[in-house]
Amino acid sequence: MMDGASPSSTFDCRKAWAATLEELAASDPRIVAVVNDSVGSSNLAGFQKAFPERLVNVGIAEQVMVGVGAGLANGGKVPFVSAASCFLTGRALEQVKADVVYSGYNVKLVGQSSGVAYGELGATHHSIEDFAWLRALQPLTVIVPADPWETEAAVRWAASHDGPVYLRLSRMQVPDLGPDANGARSFEPGKARVMREGADATIIACGTTVHLALEAADSLAGEGHDVRVLSMHSLSPLDETAVLAAAATGAIVTAEEALVSGGLGGAVAELCAAHAPVPLERVGFTGFQKTGDVATLFADAGLSGQGIAAATRRALSRKAG
Amino acid sequence: MKDDIATAEQIAERARWMRRRAMQMVHGKGLGHIGGDLSAADILATLYFGVLNFDPARPDWPERDRFVMSKGHATGVLYTALCAAGYFEDELLESYMAPGSRLNGHPNRNYLPGVEANTGPLGHGFPIAVGIALAAKLDGSDRRTFVLTGDGEQQEGSNWEAAMVAAHNGLSNLTLIVDRNHLQQGAPTAETTALDPLDAKYAAFGWEVHEVDGHDPAALLARLGAPGTDRPRAIIAQTVKGKGVSFMENLAKWHHGVPSDEEFAIAMKELA
Repeated sequence: MMDGASPSSTFDCRKAWAATLEELAASDPRIVAVVNDSVGSSNLAGFQKAFPERLVNVGIAEQVMVGVGAGLANGGKVPFVSAASCFLTGRALEQVKADVVYSGYNVKLVGQSSGVAYGELGATHHSIEDFAWLRALQPLTVIVPADPWETEAAVRWAASHDGPVYLRLSRMQVPDLGPDANGARSFEPGKARVMREGADATIIACGTTVHLALEAADSLAGEGHDVRVLSMHSLSPLDETAVLAAAATGAIVTAEEALVSGGLGGAVAELCAAHAPVPLERVGFTGFQKTGDVATLFADAGLSGQGIAAATRRALSRKAG
Repeated sequence: MKDDIATAEQIAERARWMRRRAMQMVHGKGLGHIGGDLSAADILATLYFGVLNFDPARPDWPERDRFVMSKGHATGVLYTALCAAGYFEDELLESYMAPGSRLNGHPNRNYLPGVEANTGPLGHGFPIAVGIALAAKLDGSDRRTFVLTGDGEQQEGSNWEAAMVAAHNGLSNLTLIVDRNHLQQGAPTAETTALDPLDAKYAAFGWEVHEVDGHDPAALLARLGAPGTDRPRAIIAQTVKGKGVSFMENLAKWHHGVPSDEEFAIAMKELA
């Protein structure tokens, strides 16, 4: 779908999400959308126009939104419950736990405008705790797509998979990352994509930070460092094989638009501490964020090509030491 | 089992068996919520033996009527109803809350056929029931959805989200039953956060509202079995916590009290 785009183009992945859902819904009558007054922010106006009876707007009521999703699944539907991720995962966390994951219902939770997308609105509207909260709920597949192609692939996979899924989407502009390091494109939950091969260190990123990790690897290549980059689009289940292979490069950096504790950095630290202790630098957020535009919040957390490169240098120096 | 509708007398007999069996389970395990089990027994007996259309041999039958037990702590009455309805053998009831048992302290649909949702935290079953009813409406199916909440449970705000969504969507296939025994875990609802006028609240939310004697199978049968209108229906079932056991009736301490051997003997005599 995105083939032919110039390398400098950037995309709002919500368009890929909405277009894919509409396409799937046209051939699968079980697909319904459930929203909390979030038709616009979920980019579902087209879906609503095409399938008005299959869009359930419960209003500003996240608890019933998720409960209704579970009930629709009980009735054989495949509900995509879409809302700003801060409210979906925070306000309705117990419904996600009990009604969806513990009950084992085939509900797709779609967190929109996640991370610090609502930068200036403040920490109430940031969703940086969601990795820690939802990674604790098993078995919930947690997917964090990095570009339009991963987003489309994730939506297709979620629709075809019988089980609860959390899709963590962003409205931030990101580039199309193109094929994997092997020249192909493949998406499978629990399988990291190797976006760049490298043997000196590995940067493990997800979502909006993958292109920043690639930037970092580019600049480190100029310094003679051969750095691998993974798109860890599936936070849960985690690709443990890929993480342990990363540990074998001798240094790991994680980069995420989320709290490092309990997030991707936490997951990698848990695994490596138990099985393959390795110098590890974790880039991301460490607490409630102050008000600020996205660029400032990212820069302050070191979530930039330069910041991730600096973290990688630290990891490399610890490796050497 | 719509084709096999029980009479009010038969329903009363099933409810009596459920009360006795739940009492044995709670006494035997030393755990449970017997007060709420006893208050809801006639309601569940009426649903399973006089109202719901289901087939225990096909618990996933898409066109079954759904019953969601939102007051998930009252597993003594739910499990005995499911057992009497043919979902599993009586022997399984002996494992109530034993380590690894399929009969968890709160119901789990992944372990036990006939359970529609893993309830327990209050205020969850009603929203789920709204989704179930919406799915039926989308399918153009006449299958019905019933949900039972406790009355203290109505203090959870999620119920009122569900009430608005159900009315807005004209879910005439949905029936909410409130087990109105006027007691919550520690005190009367009126002394905790008062619910009344509960009927007026649901009416104001756009629901058809009825009050019924929650211990009168004939009245329950008439009301629960009646055809719907164009709106969702709330049935406030006036009940007695601990119903049927003189020393348990209307006492909050029997919310999760466990009878001594002596009390158990008296209770079983009174429930005979």
